[in-house]
Amino acid sequence: MPSRERLQALRYNLIPDHLIGEILTKRWTDNAIPFLVLVAVIALFGTAIPGFFNPFSLQESTRQLGEFAIVVIGLTVVMLGGGIDLSVGSIFALATFASVGSFFILGLPVWVAFLAALATGALFGAINGYLVGFLRLRAFLTTLVTFIIGRAVFDILVVQFGAAIQMSFASSDAWDFIGDGTLAGLSVPVIAAGLLALVTHVTLTRARIGWHILAVGGSRRSAHNAGIKVRRTVFLTYVFSGLCSGAAGFLIACRLSGAGPGTGAGLEILALTAAVVGGNALGGGRGSVVKGLMGAVIVLVMTNGLIRLGYGTGTNQMVLGIMLAVAVTIDIRWLKNRHKVLNEVYVAPVYLKMGETQSAEPQSGTPFALNSRLAAAESIGLGALEGPEDVILDADDHLYCGTRHGEIVRFFAPDYTRSEVFAHVGGFPLGLAFDRDGNLISCVGAMGLYKIAPDRTVTRLSAETRRSLTSVQDDARLRDPNDLDIAPDGRIYFTDSTKRYDAHDWTLDSIENRGTGRLLVYDPRDGSTKTLLDGYRYTNGVCMAHDGKSLYFAESWACRIHRYWLEGPKAGTAECVIKDMPGYTDNINRASDGTYWMAWLGMRTPSFDLSLRHPAMRKRMTRRLPQDDWLFPNINTGGIVKFDDSGRILQTFGDLTGENHPMVTSMREHKGELFIGGILNNRIGRYRIEGADPEWTGMRAYWGTRA
Amino acid sequence: MGFLGSLNQERIVFAIAVAIFVIAALTLPGFFTADNLVAIVRSVSVLGILALGMAVIVIGRGIDLSMVAVMAMSVAWYLQMLGNGMSDGAALGLALAGVVVIGFANGFLVAYAEVPAIFVTLASASFVYGLVRSQLIGSDAVPVPPGHWVAELGALRLADVPVEVFVFAGLALAAFVFLRFTKWGRYVYYAGDNPAAARNVGMPVRPMLVLRYVLSSLVAFAAGILTAGSLQSMNTRVVNSTQLYDIVLVTVIGGIGLAGGKGGVRNVLIGAALIGIMLNAMTILDIPLLYQNLIKSAILLAAIIFDGVLNPRDEQTAQQGDI
Repeated sequence: MPSRERLQALRYNLIPDHLIGEILTKRWTDNAIPFLVLVAVIALFGTAIPGFFNPFSLQESTRQLGEFAIVVIGLTVVMLGGGIDLSVGSIFALATFASVGSFFILGLPVWVAFLAALATGALFGAINGYLVGFLRLRAFLTTLVTFIIGRAVFDILVVQFGAAIQMSFASSDAWDFIGDGTLAGLSVPVIAAGLLALVTHVTLTRARIGWHILAVGGSRRSAHNAGIKVRRTVFLTYVFSGLCSGAAGFLIACRLSGAGPGTGAGLEILALTAAVVGGNALGGGRGSVVKGLMGAVIVLVMTNGLIRLGYGTGTNQMVLGIMLAVAVTIDIRWLKNRHKVLNEVYVAPVYLKMGETQSAEPQSGTPFALNSRLAAAESIGLGALEGPEDVILDADDHLYCGTRHGEIVRFFAPDYTRSEVFAHVGGFPLGLAFDRDGNLISCVGAMGLYKIAPDRTVTRLSAETRRSLTSVQDDARLRDPNDLDIAPDGRIYFTDSTKRYDAHDWTLDSIENRGTGRLLVYDPRDGSTKTLLDGYRYTNGVCMAHDGKSLYFAESWACRIHRYWLEGPKAGTAECVIKDMPGYTDNINRASDGTYWMAWLGMRTPSFDLSLRHPAMRKRMTRRLPQDDWLFPNINTGGIVKFDDSGRILQTFGDLTGENHPMVTSMREHKGELFIGGILNNRIGRYRIEGADPEWTGMRAYWGTRA
Repeated sequence: MGFLGSLNQERIVFAIAVAIFVIAALTLPGFFTADNLVAIVRSVSVLGILALGMAVIVIGRGIDLSMVAVMAMSVAWYLQMLGNGMSDGAALGLALAGVVVIGFANGFLVAYAEVPAIFVTLASASFVYGLVRSQLIGSDAVPVPPGHWVAELGALRLADVPVEVFVFAGLALAAFVFLRFTKWGRYVYYAGDNPAAARNVGMPVRPMLVLRYVLSSLVAFAAGILTAGSLQSMNTRVVNSTQLYDIVLVTVIGGIGLAGGKGGVRNVLIGAALIGIMLNAMTILDIPLLYQNLIKSAILLAAIIFDGVLNPRDEQTAQQGDI
């Protein structure tokens, strides 16, 4: 191997490029930047300010943090719903006045003062919500105006009643405790903020109303079309924000026992900066309570820190302005370009040198030499079918296949001209098998393993396996279940072709050529699914050996057949039976003479084999060329191969005319005939096999005469 | 249709302004005098100049919340540099350069980074105020050096009418001609009405956006010079006042839709007339400033609700993330 190639092999097979793309698909990567900023801000001010981490100073600063965080949580919920609330500062100030007024002027108990604050917040929030939600005014400008109105009202009230509040002698232990006391070292605002954050988080992520809010924020139009009451949902977010600001206003009322012209001044830009710096998206749908909390800590530590470090008037506004502008710009740019970045980095091809293969050219004299025998096959369902990946026949000779539309179609014996939709599963039904009781089991692409009973009820058997420990991407989900077979004890062995791509993106998987295919087993006795083997290049067809002690499975992009032992001395291990075939291997099924049929979905080409040795070129190709110009496995010619238990090739069938069966993904022998399916074909072929047992059926071979 | 069909915001507001004017003239002593009428016009001319800059931005589907900050801080910085003994040319050059840079930054972020204008300008307002206040000037109010041309400008009268009235009139005429008769002025309407379509047709939508924000910053600087001239100083606390909302009020209340593409200089003049008459009447009635703020903001809210009812948005056509 030349050294250039050896370097490529090392570079592309050892450095896990694919992890970058997988990490970027994670939603939590959104939190990375705010979190780093948070750590940096705390480290910076913690070292610059003497006594920053001193418990008492921490307790006092967290008191303010608690109040601020409550306001930010309210604003976060409004932003998640696609709105914005600039009036939080006014609501906060008015609620403070409501509590202080009730307590000091009217001499009412503390709980009434609390309710007064909440009622003020709810009322103000309801006005905002009505204007923005029901009248559909622009949130930013409308809440800006209600902010000024609230501020004007507050200023008038403070001027009128400020003196009366200062002269009052009302006092209460509960009031002082809320303002000064601690519970297990935590101040009341911090506890309140923590509880609120928890409840809000659970509501947003687990409850119906939370999902509605996120749906409205994510896409107002789709939410409306899906029947969500958009206006009411938006209305409720503002009421919630009002309640939060009201509660925060009550807390500061207890802490400061008064309300002055400065109460809540500048809070709106602080809270807005906090929510955005934490990573909540403008326009809604993306964000979380945790992001809001991170933003609250960043902003508060920063602004308080600057004051404690003695920077003059205006420094805070300058820093806030910069933070807001930078955070908003990053947010907008990232949202817009995230999928582009992902597309650029997700495909991470590896190096592979395919083994030399024997020729499949006609008259080449090798066992693989293709011919046009399948051109003689009769067509079933011509033009009425799309994508019969696998075909199977039941005990009454009826023929079943899956279609691209997520249906299982049944053709009636004996002439297979009449058909019906046997069951609708959804997804793309691929591999098929009958179990002992006549249930049809199917691997449904993009969905999982499904059972269709004779009475047509569809049951999901499995959609996930155990997650592997080192996975970045959630590989518990069955992404591309492909084919299955059933052992004599009823256990279902099936393949999941790739962990990295959805079923329709199989071309990308072939170009990347990374081994992520799995062999799994589903146990009907306890409903469990286990991963048996992992790391194959697109696992595909599965077939029980005639004696039921081992199974064969295909590894498509490597052009190999493996044998996995279920019992005996090699139980639980796999060995390669046939390697370096000239075609890409697909489904495997039993033949009547004790051998096996196997489909080639396409044939290897020297050009694609060469490209597998040039991973950098393939990466450039997926980045720079449109999909139509990509080089990927040739699927215009396929065929059928017959092999025996020793892996010897017995016969080859092809259709070089390209008319009936250019690509073959499955074939089933039944009473002396071969039924042929192809995932991109529009028909099922019916081909008479010379010298085959005219009585042999798959059902009998698997389950005996009873079935 | 008839009479009701011909009603629109502009005509309603105009009718209200006339009605208030007539009522005030009949009932309020000292309202309908030459001095008071000049005072009315004078009181809204700085506001009107700012509103003209804002109007061009709003018609192009934007908003500039940094105008008051730019107005106050750029002039305060200019005066501070003069006070520190810098030559007039250098100080003016620096202040103008700063103004252009801020306008350019606003426009760039709106046009090329596609950040909503409202956030960009809110952030830049905070930044401009903070930067100048903390780094460049020493106190909240900066006086005009005695005998400087800014002070003389403030004292200048032409036929007993203060100079800012003429500046307002001149700028209004210029804006009118620009919006109505120049190609670039028409482009502002197209870009405001449907930015994507305007861009597809081949108009330089993005460079024009940048240009508009630079223009509005320059207008703000001019308004600041006039303010400083008439008060003999520049008080930067104005940034925290409600003047910004007065500008939006004057712009929106005359019938310039916030969705863009609608309205013109006439709407600004009508809005300015209403606000000027109202403020003057309230002052004569001796209504405290706090209540005046409340009344103004309530009127602004009514104007926005009215705008929302006249130009409704709905779930099927609203732009996602359009807040």
